[in-house]
Amino acid sequence: MNAFTPDVTFDLAEAPLRELNAALHAATGDSNARRWRVLNPNGRHALAAGVDAPLTIEVEGHVGYYCAGMNQHAHIIVHGNAGVGVAENMMSGFVHVRGDASQAAGATAHGGLLLIDGNASARCGISMKGVDIIVKGSVGHMSAFMGQAGSLIVFGEAGEALGDSLYEAKLFVRGAVKSLGADCVEKEMRDAHKALIAEKLAAAGISGVDIGDFKRYGSARRLYNFHIDNVDAY
Amino acid sequence: MCGIVGIFLKDAKLEPELGSMLASMLCVMTDRGPDSAGFAIYGAGDAEHVKFSLRAAEGFDFQGLAHSLSLTSGGTPRVTVRATHAVLEVPAAHASEVRAALARHPDVALVGAGTRMEVFKEVGLPSAVATRFDLGTMRGTHGIGHTRMATESAVTTAGAHPFSTGDDQCLVHNGSLSNHNALRRALTREGIAFATENDSEVAAGYLTWRMKQGASLGAALEAGLKDLDGFFTFVVGTESGFGVLRDPIACKPAVMAETDRYVAFGSEYRALVDLPGIAKAKVFEPEPATVYFWDRAA
Repeated sequence: MNAFTPDVTFDLAEAPLRELNAALHAATGDSNARRWRVLNPNGRHALAAGVDAPLTIEVEGHVGYYCAGMNQHAHIIVHGNAGVGVAENMMSGFVHVRGDASQAAGATAHGGLLLIDGNASARCGISMKGVDIIVKGSVGHMSAFMGQAGSLIVFGEAGEALGDSLYEAKLFVRGAVKSLGADCVEKEMRDAHKALIAEKLAAAGISGVDIGDFKRYGSARRLYNFHIDNVDAY
Repeated sequence: MCGIVGIFLKDAKLEPELGSMLASMLCVMTDRGPDSAGFAIYGAGDAEHVKFSLRAAEGFDFQGLAHSLSLTSGGTPRVTVRATHAVLEVPAAHASEVRAALARHPDVALVGAGTRMEVFKEVGLPSAVATRFDLGTMRGTHGIGHTRMATESAVTTAGAHPFSTGDDQCLVHNGSLSNHNALRRALTREGIAFATENDSEVAAGYLTWRMKQGASLGAALEAGLKDLDGFFTFVVGTESGFGVLRDPIACKPAVMAETDRYVAFGSEYRALVDLPGIAKAKVFEPEPATVYFWDRAA
């Protein structure tokens, strides 16, 4: 187990998940109960979903679907793998999966930072609306499908149809891309984009990565009604 | 939805616990499939005998059936009755005569046959089904199971999984196939027999047909990617092996865990949490359109 001194330790082998989530929803971050450790998650669904306070939550094991969904303000660290839809619809905060993430990681998320140390499978960042996602491994097919805003930074490879029907999400992939989806094209990597990657990696506490290795992908803007006058909206 | 599970042992010391491991996995998957449940276990057996897994109405006289078969099966077959099912063991030399004789009993359904495979399935909650057949006490080398939430055909015992269409071969399926009617007609012409209108049985029949033509389980699954249209995660058992295949868009969930003692499959990680040493297992999501299989002979 990692070095971390929790204010509250919650063992899901002893008490039900509903009780944990209710306690997390009641916590404001103003009290002494800011640092939580969750034991025996055993793949349960919707663990720490809907947290709306600046808490730090360390989960010791694998989680099921929708972990950290709708997160606002909290730091949620999963010491294991995450099931479908981790951090889906996140608004703000930081979610860190130490293992692999299943499908639709960070789906529809508006803000915050999602860091995945392992691989993310299909549809990572589907319909992302402003979240920043960093995947140290590879992402599966249809990642960033209909991505509207935010960034997806992939250290490994991307599966088929990356960025299909993309709006204005910014995609950066270091390894091979199996294929690009409709209206997604490779774009020139300018200094502003390198600065953007550097900023996101710094926010995630990652150093020593050669930013020059990444390629940039974005929307060709032929599929949706992009108008330059609306660029500030993204 | 549906829940599927499977386990393939590498360490023979776990064989007495196969049934209890599978029962625990099956019960956790109840909320993915509360309609019915079923499982196949690869237990003891030898090349000289064939086991017929039979199903009949509650209280059916399986012993009487066995006696009535004694002339065709070269002596009264050994019978093990478990609730609505029974396993009849007959000398392999008489297997085809017994099969023909069983076909003359419309009140008895043949759910599977093989040297080592036994198949049990029933309508009801998975925990009730597991208890009814005493799954927890069964032993074997590998097994697969299914909890069903019916979509393509009615909630009946016949529509429950696993489906077996060839000796020692069975399949569980999460998903739905869209070209099963055309494929069933084509396979019927090739001599594959189907007992239901279920789409998953067609997938089982397809793999049986491929393996009859000499394909390995892995090659049969690979060919299925081209010929089966629809959503699927399959877990398939053969006498010596265990395979997994997901459709190219990975519509249905799958998680696997591997240790030096076993390989386990679950629709969700929850199904695997009670397995021994799971905390140290390599847990991964099988890739779409990628054939995975493990073989005892290898």
